[in-house]
Amino acid sequence: MLETRELSCERGGARLFAGLRFALGAGALLRVRGPNGSGKTSLLRILAGLTRPAEGEVLWRGRPLDEDTRREMVFIGHASALSDDLTVLENVEFILELNGGKADRSEIKIALETFALERVAHMPARFLSQGQRRRAALARLALATEVPLWLLDEPFAALDGEAIEQLSALATAHLAAGGLLVLTSHQEVPIAAPATDTLVLQG
Amino acid sequence: MAHAFLLLVRRDLRIALRRRGDVLNVLVFFLVAASLFALGVGPSPELLRAMGAGVVWVAALLAAMLSLPRMFAADLAEGTLEQMLIAPQPLGVLVAAKIASHWLLTGLPLALVAPLIGLQYQLPADALAVLLAGLLIGTPVLSVLGAAGAALTLGARGASVLLGLLLLPLYVPVLVFGAGAVLAAQSGIDAGAQLALLGAFLAVSCVVGPLAACAALKIALD
Repeated sequence: MLETRELSCERGGARLFAGLRFALGAGALLRVRGPNGSGKTSLLRILAGLTRPAEGEVLWRGRPLDEDTRREMVFIGHASALSDDLTVLENVEFILELNGGKADRSEIKIALETFALERVAHMPARFLSQGQRRRAALARLALATEVPLWLLDEPFAALDGEAIEQLSALATAHLAAGGLLVLTSHQEVPIAAPATDTLVLQG
Repeated sequence: MAHAFLLLVRRDLRIALRRRGDVLNVLVFFLVAASLFALGVGPSPELLRAMGAGVVWVAALLAAMLSLPRMFAADLAEGTLEQMLIAPQPLGVLVAAKIASHWLLTGLPLALVAPLIGLQYQLPADALAVLLAGLLIGTPVLSVLGAAGAALTLGARGASVLLGLLLLPLYVPVLVFGAGAVLAAQSGIDAGAQLALLGAFLAVSCVVGPLAACAALKIALD
């Protein structure tokens, strides 16, 4: 479903990777590994359509990325996409609606409970700790089970043990239901998947 | 599409409501800057009447410029901007929403306050009406072209200075026709032609501005 062809990436004049080619089918988990600066984030941003590859292309269901394919993808990067002045609930509601979902407040509350955020749901995001911000950014995943492709950049960073367990449970369920997951991580978090691949970028 | 537009406008207005200082700063700057001229040139009524329109327009341009660097900067820092770029909505609609909320929060309040400053410069009632009409047509141009400028200078060092150098020349026609319309009304000539030209300028900038802003945002986040 997700396929790359001879993908190469240049940042600041330096070539990070070249000739990258892989294909992922339903239920596939791809772990992207590599030292700092090896292009893991750049690869995810290319897959999300944010960064243009120096060469090659990304295909989703055999077609290049466009506005319609974005409906079938969730990208969560380093930045949490939370506005400091909006409450956690309002932030999650906004990001869901921006992605064309119909956000029901009671459903969002359940999603926030998944990540133990119910107590801060009505608090402006500026009062959240780093780990809580991260969890608030990830909470939309609990409502994105229908979206086939998840692209997660360092999702486990700053999370506590319980949140890591919740996230890996969500990811496992997503993969079991035929979803795809591409993630970068320095941590070895067990996620059960019908098919697991590891891509090592050398840097 | 209309839903995405309203969604973003609602969000920006809600954020502005929670940090009213940003909106007030612009208004206070406008009032103070426009009043300084009156204090500087002395209390001669003829002189004040002659320069009133120009002063209000220049102060409005500068006040609108003041708020532009923030247009996309917060969204960029939070990461909302990258989510907007990959959202399944046309980027043009989202940029239009950013422009609309910028105008609602700066251009519209400036236009509504301007007649007060006009009074300070002893402008007659019909000239005040033309001033208000001109600002209502002209300030959206500032937001539309401003969006392109803000997107182009996003993340650049010294963005606000660069923004001034980039935008003030583009704002010249708005200033000329906006102030010209009030001067025409003051000397008893129909101001319709100047207002129509302002409208034409708004129409052209509505075509060019959002396109440039979209392209610049994509480059800024690449």
